[in-house]
Amino acid sequence: MICCTDGCACTLENCLGGDDIRSLDCGYTAARALAVCAAYSPHIPAHSLLKGSRFASSVRKRAVKRAQCLFIGGGTESGKLTARERILLLLDPDSFDEYDMFVEHRCTDFGMDSSKNKDFTVFGGSLSGAHAQKICKIMDQAAMVGAPVIGLNDSGGARIQEGVESLAGYADIFLRNVLCSGVVPQISLIMGPCAGGAVYSPALTDFTFMVKDTSYLFITGPDVVKSVTNEDVTQEQLGGAKTHTAVSGVAHRAFENDIDALLNLREFFNYLPLSNRDPAPVCECHDPSDRPVPELDTIVPSESAKAYDMLDIIHSIVDEREFFEIMPSYARNIVVGFARMNGRSVGIVGNQPKVASGCLDINSSVKGARFVRFCDAFNIPLITFVDVPGFLPGTAQEYGGIIRHGAKLLFAFAEATVPKITVITRKAYGGAYDVMSSKHLRGDVNYAWPTAEVAVMGAKGAVQIIFRGKEANAEEEYVDKFANPFPAAVRGFVDDIIQPSTTRTRICHDLDVLASKSQSSPWKKHANIPL
Amino acid sequence: MISISLMPTDRACASLGRSLDRPRCHSCALLLLRLEAREGWIRSRGCCGSWPEHRSRRPYGFRWDTLCSRWCLITSHKLYSSVYDPNEKTFEKLLIANRGEIACRVIKTCKKMGIKTVAIHSDVDANAVHVKMADEAVCVGPAPTSKSYLNMDAIMEVIRKTRAQAVHPGYGFLSENKEFARRLASEGVTFIGPDTHAIQAMGDKIESKLLAKNAKVNTIPGFDGVVKDADEAVRIAREIGYPVMIKASAGGGGKGMRIAWDDEETREGFRFSSQEAASSFGDDRLLIEKFIDNPRHIEIQVLADKHGNALWLNERECSIQRRNQKVVEEAPSTFLDPETRKAMGEQAVALVKAVKYSSAGTVEFLVDSSKNFYFLEMNTRLQVEHPVTECITGLDLVQEMIRVAKGYPLRHKQADIPINGWAVECRVYAEDPYKSFGLPSIGKLSQYQEPLHVPNVRVDSGIQQGSDISIYYDPMISKLITYGSNRAEALKRMEEALDNYVIRGVAHNISLLREVIIHPRFVQGDISTKFLPEVYPDGFKGHKLTDLERRQLLATAASLYVAQQLRSQRFLGTPRIPIAKSKRSSWELSVHLGDGIYPVAVSKHGSSFFVEVDGMKLNVTSEWNLASPLLSVTIDGTQRTIQRISRNASGETSIQFLGTVYKLQILTKVAAELSKYMPEKAAEDTSSILRSPMPGTVVAVSVKPGDMVSEGQEICVIEAMKMQNSMIAAKTGKVKAVHCKAGDTVGEEDLLVELE
Repeated sequence: MICCTDGCACTLENCLGGDDIRSLDCGYTAARALAVCAAYSPHIPAHSLLKGSRFASSVRKRAVKRAQCLFIGGGTESGKLTARERILLLLDPDSFDEYDMFVEHRCTDFGMDSSKNKDFTVFGGSLSGAHAQKICKIMDQAAMVGAPVIGLNDSGGARIQEGVESLAGYADIFLRNVLCSGVVPQISLIMGPCAGGAVYSPALTDFTFMVKDTSYLFITGPDVVKSVTNEDVTQEQLGGAKTHTAVSGVAHRAFENDIDALLNLREFFNYLPLSNRDPAPVCECHDPSDRPVPELDTIVPSESAKAYDMLDIIHSIVDEREFFEIMPSYARNIVVGFARMNGRSVGIVGNQPKVASGCLDINSSVKGARFVRFCDAFNIPLITFVDVPGFLPGTAQEYGGIIRHGAKLLFAFAEATVPKITVITRKAYGGAYDVMSSKHLRGDVNYAWPTAEVAVMGAKGAVQIIFRGKEANAEEEYVDKFANPFPAAVRGFVDDIIQPSTTRTRICHDLDVLASKSQSSPWKKHANIPL
Repeated sequence: MISISLMPTDRACASLGRSLDRPRCHSCALLLLRLEAREGWIRSRGCCGSWPEHRSRRPYGFRWDTLCSRWCLITSHKLYSSVYDPNEKTFEKLLIANRGEIACRVIKTCKKMGIKTVAIHSDVDANAVHVKMADEAVCVGPAPTSKSYLNMDAIMEVIRKTRAQAVHPGYGFLSENKEFARRLASEGVTFIGPDTHAIQAMGDKIESKLLAKNAKVNTIPGFDGVVKDADEAVRIAREIGYPVMIKASAGGGGKGMRIAWDDEETREGFRFSSQEAASSFGDDRLLIEKFIDNPRHIEIQVLADKHGNALWLNERECSIQRRNQKVVEEAPSTFLDPETRKAMGEQAVALVKAVKYSSAGTVEFLVDSSKNFYFLEMNTRLQVEHPVTECITGLDLVQEMIRVAKGYPLRHKQADIPINGWAVECRVYAEDPYKSFGLPSIGKLSQYQEPLHVPNVRVDSGIQQGSDISIYYDPMISKLITYGSNRAEALKRMEEALDNYVIRGVAHNISLLREVIIHPRFVQGDISTKFLPEVYPDGFKGHKLTDLERRQLLATAASLYVAQQLRSQRFLGTPRIPIAKSKRSSWELSVHLGDGIYPVAVSKHGSSFFVEVDGMKLNVTSEWNLASPLLSVTIDGTQRTIQRISRNASGETSIQFLGTVYKLQILTKVAAELSKYMPEKAAEDTSSILRSPMPGTVVAVSVKPGDMVSEGQEICVIEAMKMQNSMIAAKTGKVKAVHCKAGDTVGEEDLLVELE
């Protein structure tokens, strides 16, 4: 078991054993090796594991030699760290105990030497049976004790030389990813090429992060693409960090380099509970829970067509303005991410009026839905900021299945039983009002700011439909009657109309009250979310 | 036990140097507070009678308006001691034809005087502070000033509608517009300022100089006409007194200007200039004028009523300027002796009387190194920097202006005008001081906190947290004024106030201001209008850390990092026991600052950290409140207020230390070691792209795709905050793409044009 950032346990994949001296002549300098070894020194068996044990001296010597070689890991490609260097940066010092260091793989065909069984630096980190066996072992244990799983992926795919054994290994891992899903948080950090079967493990985990310029995710590489579809495409275009964070939505965030990624992962990890049996973590917090936020009183522009940045609202409400945004460059019309309120981790969902008026479309619905479901699975309260003019109209959206995809977000919010707090900052129109964690979907506390407009649609459109443009001052009348929070408030669909500057105080208080919330849904094998 | 920060009267007493019976003064303060409810006159013997105003009118009485005392106690305006007489009849309703801090400033005094206020605002200012403060507010048009704050028709309409009896124009906008004053007069509305005649006379440079000359005010001596020969030139130069400036009359500005310090140089100057005059301009006339070497800009505040009384309220030193805009002002000036002050004051008053001026005004002088002073111009309005005069004289100038406009005579005699202590004002602008001493910056003030907890600080501002600094108006955030019994004290407070000023979301010039006020030349009073370009010939680069300061910064940053790391491991109410093997108490870090990488070792002892940096051990103590924008840190006994502007998971941290924001990266030793192996990201080739250096509006684009441009050729013009900036090509090449067109609004760093 590995001790991680906050002293909890987690496990790692893709860190296979194997001794190799080759490393030293492929750019891995002695100085670098020394630095890493020094940092690791408490873990070298000579100092801890074997010291004073009853091992025969020859066994001890062999073990120590092997262990020392391993810390060097493989050699390095330019701009990447070795597996053990990565672990060193990711974890709290003094907290990593490696398992199965002595496992060797079994295949010796095709010129493979049993002593050179390694991660990414040898054989491209391709997956062998032994490799998979180690991963499964640690995942089983993680699920059993309730410890998150972090995968640092850097693998070329199945080890072709091993044939079906390698494929079986993949399936074993996939099964465990699925079984662990919703039990312990699973995070993948893609730190190199990750192709073929290897990509499905990250796809099954809760979060996939990438390293810019050095990591790629694709089913088939550019060569195969060229031979099959005759498309010319580079690795970066096909499956680089930019593609997956901005176009495909496969990855949740990208970082500058290995070190940046690992340090950010440490920070991210602190927002999550260890398993679905634990409540959302509560950190020590210096930001007063009753801090007034005066700027919110003027943040929503007076003209209802004018955009503002929902991130400004989020930053000013959460603790210390710290917000870990998930998928910041994909479907930017919805903002999702983690923050803390009075020290407690919360998931935040907000429409972004700055991008496409904050409307819901296919991508934003899917992005939101997946995030909401993660929070629900791991007991993280949800805070939703609503300024939504509706679903995006058009053939592209209808043909793409906006009905089916929009339903995912509706499903996710309705299904969630964690504390749900909603703040309507401005527009909450039509079906999108229902979807965005409305009172009707078991919302616990629903607030409206005085600027809120809860209605079936905008005044102009409504008047056109009702009066066919015949009534001159009907628009004004409609605005007066519907484009405000009162119709919803008198029916109890919003619990209160609050002064925006008090939002933080109210939410912190509500979260304390809702900490003991318990709500259940009818028994079922599992729900059938419209996929 | 004199609470100087709260009771202006105490301050007045203390600074007048009268022997004070301390407990009595204190009890007097208590008495004031206690009697407030009865709304009567409050008599306090001895101490408070020292206030000059009362000395002249009621030798031992002190009169204190209840509203005023309460107001002074709760607002930043604790530095006037004016008396607000509730029984003196004044206007019922007053309109403020301005925005921002000056509108707020006027409203504050109106509230004290019991006058109802009407604010005007543009569309974008609908939520502005002055709008909220005023009793009524009316929108006068869209954002551009020509359509709102300068829109006389709309403003006149508002005046009619709200039935305002008087208009205070503030400064800028319509404050020196005689047409506006005339229109107000024709509708029977009082303009709070001088009458149209004075505005007109002083608004014209030539006329004002002539008037000044007739009123026996020193003007820059000179000769303008045909000079026969070199001998005559020398004769004229001697008459004027060296040094002199010689140039062709027809040449504009400083073109062809020559400075002569003696007869020989005068002959030479005559030769060159007369040749140039004849050949370039076909006009033989020459201008020989006194050259003012290293001039200071010192101005006299004057106050006059409609009954022929006029006072001079001492000087303000406004020499620290950039692009002819004042940055730091103070009163009094270190440079003037009582005689010069008196001479300047008397000449200013003579000019005021000559134009039958009423209201508050400012007579600007240039003062040379031998204390000769020359009239420059007169501003017929309330100046931006009026608070420093208010601080040292105790007068509320806005109140005096309103009283004068209502027709009351002045309540003071010249002998009553004191110089109490010293006041310094810094103009805090939303601008980037690293670009030619200040290029405008716009944005939303995401966090804003004025340093009002520092004693004897006054902040005049018209914005609050969440306000927008827009491209339409002046980028001034506030005026920060500190007061002390002497200059050193006022400057020390200013340092503290600047360190405690929280401004986030826009760039600001706090770093420049703080550098100026601690610069040895400034501290000695050795300043001139050329101070900034002389002291920072290569542009302002921020505070230069001494070795000790650098160590202090590194130690603070490292301690902050460790405090944050420790806190992130403290979870409340976790059901599980952490399985870390040992409790950490020492950290080996590597801090990247500027071009250097510094190894720093931190160990924790109780609530303080021992930090080893550069072989020196420093003890860093603080409360380590990581949410507070201000952090008070004690480093080996030295207290510093720092601000952590930002941090991220990658160890990048920005810390405002001694006014300047430093970017640091803090990593563990291992991470720093390994970061050497990370790939270098290729930097963008900036010579082939042109980005907007500031937010603004594109006025003109002079190229289109496919055009050839040469290095230095103008590509487009961007206007921001009334400044037009020409964007030039950094290299010769073909235009690949143009990403902007005239009329576009662009943000800072927006891509404008790409070259191939």
